[in-house]
Amino acid sequence: MSEINVITQQKNITEPVKTPKPKAGKLFNLKMVKGAIVESLKKLNPVHMAKNPVMFVVEIGSILTTYEFFRVLPLKDMSEIIFVGQITLWLWFTVLFANFAEAMAESRGKAQADTLRKTRKETIAKKMVEGSIETVASSSLKKGDICVCVPGDIIPSDGEIIDGIASVDESVITGESAPVIREAGGDRSAVTGGTKVLSDRIVIKITANPGETFIDQMINLVEGAKRQKTPNEIALNILLSGMTIIFMLAVVTLQPFALYSGTSVSVTVLISLLVCLIPTTIGGLLSAIGIAGIDRVMQHNVLAMSGKSVEAAGDVNTLLLDKTGTITLGNRHAVEFIPLTGVDSGRLADAAQLSSLSDETPEGRSIVVLAKEKYGLRGRDLAGQDARFIPFSAQTRISGVDVHDRSIRKGAADAIINYVKSINGEIPAKLDSITAKIANTGGTPLVVVENGSILGVIHLKDVVKGGMRERFDQLRSMGIKTVMITGDNPLTARHIAEEAGVDDFLAEATPENKLKLIKQEQFGGRMVAMAGDGTNDAPALAQADVGLAMHSGTMVAKEAGNMIDLDSNPTKLIEVVEIGKQLLITRGTLTTFSIANDVAKYFAIIPAMFMAKFPVMEVLNIMRLNSPHSAILSAVIFNALIIIALVPLALRGVSYKPMSAGAILGKNLLIYGLGGIIVPFIGIKLIDIIIVALKLSL
Amino acid sequence: MAGSMWFLLFIYLFTLLVLSIPLGLFMAKVFNREKTFLDFLLVPVENFCYRIFKIDARAEMRWTQYAFALLVFNLVGLVLLYLLQRIQQFLPFNPRHFGAVAPDLAFNTAVSFVTNTNWQAYSGESTMSYLVQMAGLAVQNFLSAATGIAVAIALVRGIVRKETKTIGNFWFDLTRSVLWILLPLSLLIAPLYIWQGVPQNIHAYTDVNTLEGAKQVIAQGPVASQEVIKELGTNGGGFFNANSSHPFENPTPLTNFIQILTIFLISAALCITFGKMSGDKRHGIVLLVSMILLFVTGFFFAYKFEKAGNPQFAALMQRGTVENMEGKEVRFGVLNSSLFAVVTTCTSCGAVNSMHDSFTPLGGLVPLFNIELGEVIFGGVGSGLYGILLYAILSVFIAGLMVGRTPEYLGKKIQSFEVKMVMLGVLISPACMLVLAAIGVVTAGGMAGISNPGPHGLTQVLYAFSSGAGNNGSAFAGLSANTLFYNILMGVDMLIGRFAMLIPVLAVAGSLAEKKKVPMSIGTFPTTGFLFVVLLIGVLLIVGALTFFPAISLGPILDHLQMLKGILY
Repeated sequence: MSEINVITQQKNITEPVKTPKPKAGKLFNLKMVKGAIVESLKKLNPVHMAKNPVMFVVEIGSILTTYEFFRVLPLKDMSEIIFVGQITLWLWFTVLFANFAEAMAESRGKAQADTLRKTRKETIAKKMVEGSIETVASSSLKKGDICVCVPGDIIPSDGEIIDGIASVDESVITGESAPVIREAGGDRSAVTGGTKVLSDRIVIKITANPGETFIDQMINLVEGAKRQKTPNEIALNILLSGMTIIFMLAVVTLQPFALYSGTSVSVTVLISLLVCLIPTTIGGLLSAIGIAGIDRVMQHNVLAMSGKSVEAAGDVNTLLLDKTGTITLGNRHAVEFIPLTGVDSGRLADAAQLSSLSDETPEGRSIVVLAKEKYGLRGRDLAGQDARFIPFSAQTRISGVDVHDRSIRKGAADAIINYVKSINGEIPAKLDSITAKIANTGGTPLVVVENGSILGVIHLKDVVKGGMRERFDQLRSMGIKTVMITGDNPLTARHIAEEAGVDDFLAEATPENKLKLIKQEQFGGRMVAMAGDGTNDAPALAQADVGLAMHSGTMVAKEAGNMIDLDSNPTKLIEVVEIGKQLLITRGTLTTFSIANDVAKYFAIIPAMFMAKFPVMEVLNIMRLNSPHSAILSAVIFNALIIIALVPLALRGVSYKPMSAGAILGKNLLIYGLGGIIVPFIGIKLIDIIIVALKLSL
Repeated sequence: MAGSMWFLLFIYLFTLLVLSIPLGLFMAKVFNREKTFLDFLLVPVENFCYRIFKIDARAEMRWTQYAFALLVFNLVGLVLLYLLQRIQQFLPFNPRHFGAVAPDLAFNTAVSFVTNTNWQAYSGESTMSYLVQMAGLAVQNFLSAATGIAVAIALVRGIVRKETKTIGNFWFDLTRSVLWILLPLSLLIAPLYIWQGVPQNIHAYTDVNTLEGAKQVIAQGPVASQEVIKELGTNGGGFFNANSSHPFENPTPLTNFIQILTIFLISAALCITFGKMSGDKRHGIVLLVSMILLFVTGFFFAYKFEKAGNPQFAALMQRGTVENMEGKEVRFGVLNSSLFAVVTTCTSCGAVNSMHDSFTPLGGLVPLFNIELGEVIFGGVGSGLYGILLYAILSVFIAGLMVGRTPEYLGKKIQSFEVKMVMLGVLISPACMLVLAAIGVVTAGGMAGISNPGPHGLTQVLYAFSSGAGNNGSAFAGLSANTLFYNILMGVDMLIGRFAMLIPVLAVAGSLAEKKKVPMSIGTFPTTGFLFVVLLIGVLLIVGALTFFPAISLGPILDHLQMLKGILY
């Protein structure tokens, strides 16, 4: 693909340097909380609970203490009744709090799904049957059916435009109100069911069966209906189950040891100890963390096809980024006019401006701007001047203008040389060195010719987006290598790569060598993320561990990737990686916190268990808790409340700043490891004080 | 007090490092088939072994094949050792004409030596013929240690290799462990023992008249040869009942020093081997540093409590403190006894030069706790390395997510299969210890063996089953263990503790070997720095300690607290 061709075909991306902030939304609102409370009660169903072994154990414990409560009720021992009653209550709360966390995490997705469902409402489709149009219900459309849509129609199902061009309002999916252009052929042919045709008539070939459309998939995804546990989540669940089993053994064997020692421990106290020891904090929040992670991706307007892909994003070692639109602004800017010897630079600027006046591409506009800034040339109105514009065409790769007796052309060097030769003009010897010099610095030379004689060269330059270097530095500090992908020649590519600060580049990229690069990285054990939109990106998107397809892209690309960016902004790949990391970090920190918590709980419960029989055990009561009952109660209450206290953290994710793994580990070990040991000592003591003050323990 | 302790510790650790580093590097060569200075002598012997057993030692094994070969080999060893004890009365080298060993005791002993535990429910000098000692027990001392080394090496290979289904050849690893490592070292050290006065003969016991005119039978035999491997292979089964407190097993401070040195030697060296084979010596050093820190801490406390002694006793003697010399040899004193006790329980050795039962409650808690941590502070020969590697993988998994990546250890992703196997390997022993001890303290058969009532008795039972599942073999000597109940239950305890851990280890090795290696980067969870040492120790203490805290609080801790109040048992 020649340089000039690239320029004019460039997507007209209006470039926000930073991706827009995720849709603002409060973490809690009253309606969500209400819904979540109802949900958390429904989730008590043992069939649901059994999916989470840790909390299932707590539920069984709660049932046992409930039984205990009714057993001690007739015994009229007030102190025991109050104690068992409260323990039972708090154990149920522990289960409910965990369910609540999960329900809260799901609620945002549910709300979104409801909105989407409304757009999926039944529409009438104009189906083509043997040349005539029949109106049928959209739900009856199958793959391969042909439909017609005219302005005002809701597109009945996902499909591909086989004829026509139309502007389409896709705001139901992207949230973006500006219409987009969809046309037959090329990379912009896919349309989504539920979106609205604003202008023109299009013929669509349906590509999805009922229930499998994009909106259906979106609903399933945001609702988490088919949520599968991610690999790390499964592994973590095994760890937590293992710890639950060993703590069950530690607690169950405690009774024989106690019997041997001439005392015994009540079922309620044993269950309290068990619930405090098993990792309920992380066990209760684990699924909420996972759901919230996918939801966070969603808030960035990225649709992750599975939780697995979000998790994989955290593991990415190599990031493949397209140069155009991601690293550089989507278009090149004129930065200099270089006249040939003997040509006045003003004349060159004048010709360049004249030829660009009707050139609506960003490059054309930038030439006009440069002419104005540097040479004071104002825009001229050529409308009444018998001007004939020669638009860019892929065959000639030249554009220009004929006005009066001036015939001005501009284009890539080789195209202009051919053009000049064809009209027997002269090629100045110096031209080659000028164009080579520009190309060597990563720029694009545009040669300007007037009436057969070459005037000079316009230097077009890729402009690297602001802040990209810093982002790449951050990525590097996280151990992620960035590779710039570009169709440019290696020389140009190197210059831009250096300017942008990426680690590596792939020049003269083709779908084949892109795929090869990904396989090569993966062979070395690395995980690769990339963004793409074209049909020819599909193999690479499918091969990459994280393939972010642009919503504006083709259906094939979208199916090949495992995430879809509804904003079609490839820079978002970086955010996705950060969200993936944040998800894993949140799990890790809460696991560490949960396990570290056990130390304090032992010091609350063990002395309380045996103080009656062995008063010397008081020494172990280092928190100086008031009484055995208050001590056990405090530990159980702390254990329940910490789940609720950490719900916001689980939903929002642990704050993450890019830095080296060692630095993150040190910081998090200090906060969640050491903090996890200290916090419960303070918390349990405070709760004990409150219990005593409220006389909740007799 | 402190001065002599730190001095001894320094000399000890210094000597240990000076010896274990070259040994570790040497072992890496041995198992990588690189050239060593012993090859000219040993390769022919090695090839001869393979030839007579028709073994292709170059055939690579998958982990399942490796495990199968190992289990068959150990099963055959178990049966042979059982039979040997049962028919010793018909065989030569039995000067005292000992009869057949009782079936339950023979089972217990066979399991004990095959599993590298060397729990001894018998008295060597009054039960076993020289033939059983030499051809049965001593042979298993070598083979069980070699089995441990083989598994450790297989795990290291699994971690280091990539995208392969195999983890080496069991017969190769086993043979080389014996020929290149255990035998040469034994041959080197045994003469030192003989020089120091350890007997090495097959004479009948000597009957003598003592100065007071009493008759005494002086037991002896091929002691030195068995003594060497007892420590070197972290076996711990003494020739005599009194083990290393017996003057014929451990006559002088020098032999005592050599013994504690050789207990740690191979386990320390294996860390170096691991570092070498992994291509980054820091990986081994991190493990070694963690082990040293845990060991020094344990020793510090054990010595402190033994030195402080029992305050009730001191009050009785009307002195400030009286160090606890009960159950200790005067020639070793509190310092060398405490050091020996900690060393022998950090590793799964279980040789003793003092009676742990007679330690102060907290002084005795240290050995118990060492065992309950899973024998990973240096640990058994081979089993120490694979044990701590399981904990390293577990630590990486627990905390590794905190850096925002799927946890990796040496570039290998730790995923659900590894976590499953690691949890199994790490938790099977504690589960076994707790459940069997719980059975022990509530059944008549278990209670019958307890010599001291109260919390001390609980500690005795807990210690026995911990020692069994941890494959340590030392005892809180107060427990009478040669009963049907303990012989059978301890046998089961030892088998589970050994093989139920070993198979998951091999499974992890096999699974890791198949994985791709993720290149290290700045985003990789750091497993070579001090931070990892802290993390590893933290996970060890929390996972290990929290499991046992309830039981320990009713045993040694209650024992201690009551002692302070003057309640003694």
